[in-house]
Amino acid sequence: MSAPAGTVRPAQATAAPRRRPRSVLWHAGALAVLVVVLYPVIWVIGASLKPGDEIVGSLQLLPTDPITDNYERLADGIAGIGIETFFVNSLIVALGSVIGVLFSCSLAAYAFARVRFAGRNLLFTLMIGTLLLPVHVLLVPQYVLFQKMELVNTYVPLLLGKFLAVDAFFVFLMVQFMRNLPKELDEAARIDGCGHWRIYWTIVLPLCRPALITSSIFSFIWAWNDFLGPLIYLNEPEKYTVSLGLKMFMDQDSLADYGGMVAMSMAALLPVLLFFLAFQRHLVEGAATSGLKG
Amino acid sequence: MTSTDISAPSVDGEERDDRKTRRPAPSPGPAASARRRARRETLAGYLFLSPWCVGILLLTLGPMLVSLYLAFTDYNLFDSPRWVGLRNFSEMFSDDRWWQSVKVTGLFVLIATPLKLAIALGVAMLLVKPRKGQGFYRSAFYAPSLIGASVSIGIVWRALFQDDAVVDRSLSLFGWSGGGWIGDPDWSMPTLIALSAWQFGAPMVIFLAGLKQVPRELYEAAEVDGAGAWRRFRSITLPMISPVVFFNLLLEIIHSFQIFTSALVIAGPGGGRAGGPGDSLLVYTWYLYEQGFSNLRMGYASAMAWMLLAGIAVVTAVLFWSQRRWVHYEEGGR
Repeated sequence: MSAPAGTVRPAQATAAPRRRPRSVLWHAGALAVLVVVLYPVIWVIGASLKPGDEIVGSLQLLPTDPITDNYERLADGIAGIGIETFFVNSLIVALGSVIGVLFSCSLAAYAFARVRFAGRNLLFTLMIGTLLLPVHVLLVPQYVLFQKMELVNTYVPLLLGKFLAVDAFFVFLMVQFMRNLPKELDEAARIDGCGHWRIYWTIVLPLCRPALITSSIFSFIWAWNDFLGPLIYLNEPEKYTVSLGLKMFMDQDSLADYGGMVAMSMAALLPVLLFFLAFQRHLVEGAATSGLKG
Repeated sequence: MTSTDISAPSVDGEERDDRKTRRPAPSPGPAASARRRARRETLAGYLFLSPWCVGILLLTLGPMLVSLYLAFTDYNLFDSPRWVGLRNFSEMFSDDRWWQSVKVTGLFVLIATPLKLAIALGVAMLLVKPRKGQGFYRSAFYAPSLIGASVSIGIVWRALFQDDAVVDRSLSLFGWSGGGWIGDPDWSMPTLIALSAWQFGAPMVIFLAGLKQVPRELYEAAEVDGAGAWRRFRSITLPMISPVVFFNLLLEIIHSFQIFTSALVIAGPGGGRAGGPGDSLLVYTWYLYEQGFSNLRMGYASAMAWMLLAGIAVVTAVLFWSQRRWVHYEEGGR
């Protein structure tokens, strides 16, 4: 762009022929980033279909003749526990989280977004504050609490917080969404004699569908990937979630069965990847509007 | 804001309410009925908020108080806590592994956060040009942020960065023979940082949203004035998106301080004590977990947690303080 100031015409004239190489450059750049981003994901798919001793050393991304041995061996279970146990456990925790988040966070969000009550601003600030609070401050005392209640080694410690709207991210996401719904809707409903509960249930919730879908998917994926919570609260392998089972695999059998471990990693990623493929627009939009972390 | 009676919607609504129910109230006056209505609203608000209120008291504020108390005690979960004053804190300062965990985490936050954000901004600036495939790329680049912190990807990363594995071999094709990555105390941290940088998608999506808000006329005017690409970036793009940079920086720093799973998995198989080669991946949260839950030193772990909170608070405060120097909000006109 060395065109001197004031001479608009030549600058425009040079812009036209430049457009084509720029577009090529754009696609080259985007493709290069895409390769780096997708490589590990494609690698794990390919590696899970290779014999165990070819996984680490080989530069070949996909196997020449794919085998399913790794997955077949996986079917025999890890440390005497059927692989499906871990998946069922993870499913319980993840679906429980979704239900809890949908229920409790939408209630809290409705209060913050649509009800005018004394102390609302203070409590809202408090909620935003918990967004910035590191969970590690709460780790020890929460464990002590659940230990005294004899709830360690159950899924209650992993789920209770979800039913009590502890995930401020989701409350925030839903508040943002509810605030943008037209105020006239509730006013009209109120004139018809609707109370807050009816307005929440029959008007606001159905309109919040996009925010509810986004929250469901995020809470499912986060609960599915969660490692710290299960690590602290679950101590019988029969109750382990997939991430914990995978870590156990890594600690015990990874030298003996590298292929099996990679296959299980792939299996653990699969639900998340499928969710992503199905709902990617919701996820990316949700992340853009609220700054949700993955 | 279409109706004409916008001045006092709540009072107005109440009047209409009364008219509708035709309650023969002994004319309580508008002030009293507004008060009653406000009370009803407050009751409804707290009813809706009750799960959240229980949650914040039982699982956040209550535990914070307990944690603060435990930080000054010796507590092993079975015997009752014994008050030790500041001993936990003084012990930290003479604990070599504590210092190591501070160093590891500090280094990670200091390098991984700016690197990730720089990549995120760079890619966002590429993607903001409206071209075919833009939406596809945006989604694909976001994907690592969803899976990056999982145990699975930690295992994949370990496999890719092993001695003589994919990364090592690919780099040696270019004549670069680095260390053994995960096996080498000097190179395990770069491995972890690479995993963090790979998850640039989440901040990228936020940058993209910010970049789209920058008025195109500004660039056109600058171009006419002969401003080069770098100059336009420095003088238009950066100031215009500085609130988004601030937001991303805040989130990412807080996030980075709490790195746990990835470091643990990359550090490799191991029982209670797994800090990677030479404790080079002993992140703060892992050392906290080890002290609290493997060694059952819950007082010490609580004290460590409060030091972490203090560290995050100081960094956040500095960030907020520095904000007036470099973050430009449009309304302020600074």
